Amino acid sequence: MTIVESPIRVEDAPQNAVRVEDVQLDITLEQLKKLVSPRALTGETMLLNMGPQHPSTHGVLRLLLELDGETIVSCIPDIGYLHTGIEKTAEGKTYLKVIPLTDRTDYLAPMSNNLAFCGAVEKLVGIDVPIRAQYLRVILMELTRMNSHLVWLGTHALDIGAMSVFLYCMREREMILDIYEAVSGARMMSSYIRPGGLWRDVPAHFPQLVQRVLDVFPGRILEYEKLLKENPLWKERTVGIGKISAQDAIAWGMTGPCLRGSGVNYDVRKAQPYSSYDHFEFSVPLGSHGDVYDRYKCRMEEFNQSLKIIKQAMDRLPPGPVMTDDRKVAPPPKHEIAYSMESLIHHFKLWTEGFRAPEGEVYFAVESGKGEYGVLLSGDGSPKPRRVHFRAPSFHNLQPLGEISKGALLADIVAIIGSIDIVLGDVDR
Amino acid sequence: MNHPLSELLKSALGDAISQVTLFRDEVTLHTSRERILDVLTHLRDVQQFDMLTDETCVDYYPREPRFGILYQLYSIPRNLRVRVKVMLSEYDASLPSAVPVYRNANWLEREIYDLFGIHFEGHPDLRRILLPPDYPGHPLRKEVPVTVEENAFSFNRARIDAAKPYATE
Amino acid sequence: MGLEQKLGDMGIVTTSLEKAVNWARSNAIWPMLFGLACCAIEMMSTQASRYDLSRFGMELMRASPRQSDLMIVAGRVSRKMAPVLRNLYDQMPDPKWVIAMGDCASCGGVFNNYAIVQGVDEIVPVDVYVAGCPPRPETLIDGIMKLQEKIRHEPLRKWQ
Repeated sequence: MTIVESPIRVEDAPQNAVRVEDVQLDITLEQLKKLVSPRALTGETMLLNMGPQHPSTHGVLRLLLELDGETIVSCIPDIGYLHTGIEKTAEGKTYLKVIPLTDRTDYLAPMSNNLAFCGAVEKLVGIDVPIRAQYLRVILMELTRMNSHLVWLGTHALDIGAMSVFLYCMREREMILDIYEAVSGARMMSSYIRPGGLWRDVPAHFPQLVQRVLDVFPGRILEYEKLLKENPLWKERTVGIGKISAQDAIAWGMTGPCLRGSGVNYDVRKAQPYSSYDHFEFSVPLGSHGDVYDRYKCRMEEFNQSLKIIKQAMDRLPPGPVMTDDRKVAPPPKHEIAYSMESLIHHFKLWTEGFRAPEGEVYFAVESGKGEYGVLLSGDGSPKPRRVHFRAPSFHNLQPLGEISKGALLADIVAIIGSIDIVLGDVDR
Repeated sequence: MNHPLSELLKSALGDAISQVTLFRDEVTLHTSRERILDVLTHLRDVQQFDMLTDETCVDYYPREPRFGILYQLYSIPRNLRVRVKVMLSEYDASLPSAVPVYRNANWLEREIYDLFGIHFEGHPDLRRILLPPDYPGHPLRKEVPVTVEENAFSFNRARIDAAKPYATE
Repeated sequence: MGLEQKLGDMGIVTTSLEKAVNWARSNAIWPMLFGLACCAIEMMSTQASRYDLSRFGMELMRASPRQSDLMIVAGRVSRKMAPVLRNLYDQMPDPKWVIAMGDCASCGGVFNNYAIVQGVDEIVPVDVYVAGCPPRPETLIDGIMKLQEKIRHEPLRKWQ
């Protein structure tokens, strides 16, 4: 081994504080000079590297911070450390086989990604989804939103110093993962939503599992709020921090709770309802100041709204099939294959070649936990897509980080990143 | 051509729009790279399309012009979506940057530059965003193969293992 | 307890140094707090309420590589991340071990493409591969216990 002999010693550690000439940002000096303020060139301000291995960056985000004392002068995010090439891999797979890849973009909200992609395919091919499948999709989407928000709340609170909230949130998240497991067989990567409906109907004990969530959650949400909402430490760290105005948030393309925290009423579920969201009563919580605390309050209220939607959908869940009977896109039931030659042919064609989608481009968006998750799908008449592009909400929400954090204290950047709720799998894809 | 938006935009934008297509109720305006900034500015300021939802590139490989740059716009006050499309030749793949009109085009255009090698004139900070800076080529172009490694099975595993650069201490 | 009764008043146990050292090493593994992708979320679940990794003496996640013995590569490693990962590994003090958690870290998984390293064993030597996409917390715990088993049979000379 050729590492340093006593690596704990401070003088062996790489110096975090560096001069402009020594920064290893993989860009040329000329490019870097344009990004930092002129004061960095004289050494008046300090450049600090944060990440990609840092517990508070929620993955492998890297930031180059220019600091004047503790105040951030400029913040340059460097992304791509989790670039997975999902869009390229999707071009080599049939439409059905792309679904497992979508799980792995925003891995905290797999069902939202499934639905966005399947919705785009349904729009491109022209498939109608049975009403029962639509209602079940809504239930699962709202559970997914809660799943996403629970991880957000846990890690956000952990970053600011509230350890117990993290453990509580992960405890509740297991209840939702149990539902995922019951319907799809997997805890996280569900791939349950398919073009034309759902993979299969939900199991018999699904209503009990959802009812347990409905019974337990309201109390638990109060518990979190008791811990945080009026906590002076929490308010000290969040109120007035990381402000962004409504105009700026729109201009930066922010969506989801980050946009609504600034008071802009835009929710894809209300604006352009998909999967029969217009059948349900719910309100869209709005903030007014656009700071970390308002974004927190928006998401906490979304828990309650999600529960409300789930309750309505469970009460009115219609019977019927969960998959379209269009045999060109949906496989026939297994028992039909035994006696129907046509079903056998459909089954064979679907699993070997896949279905063909027409030439053209469609855009389909859903409101995931983080914002507008869109899929831009370009078909070329073959069973494989020509291009799949994921409009990742985290990518757009992260982009103004440099502007939001300008003038904030170094410790606040952790709170701001937490409140933007990024998932690096979604940013880098 | 029966979508209300398509006629309206065509008359408002005049000769900047070469064609308006309607597919699955989605309006696509085809324009040229010389007029793209005019079209985007008009859509933002007059037609209230205040949000650039997405900007990406599609490689229509054997065709020429080969690359299509798609701008997906959304109007919060009018609750409408529209798509603007510019076709670019493989041999002259550059167009003006949309950053002066829509700020968030910054990273989106860096991503397109990174993955497709399209050059954006006037972009404030055009460098790779997702891939390492020393990466050769632009991987989302169609000439780059989808897979990089042969799939390993029991019959060819030894061959793949022999070629794999396993790390040591 | 049985041990005290067997030893009587002597308070002395004879064993080989190797066994004693390995026993100590295997029961206090400090993993590095280092998440990459989806598997990192399952790694968090493993430490959190239901699965509670601290029952196995491994809850002390260190954010610094200089204080950790075990690197759990939880997720896909991109070409851009690969040099960083190797740098982190080199900063860890000996003795150190690596678990490749999940299919992506083990062999590239479904992402056989330009961006992903086809198995983290191209960058760092891996001791235990944990299968699954992502592996369930039980699977990760099993992988860690397999690693403990491996450590108990390691020759001391290995880390000279």
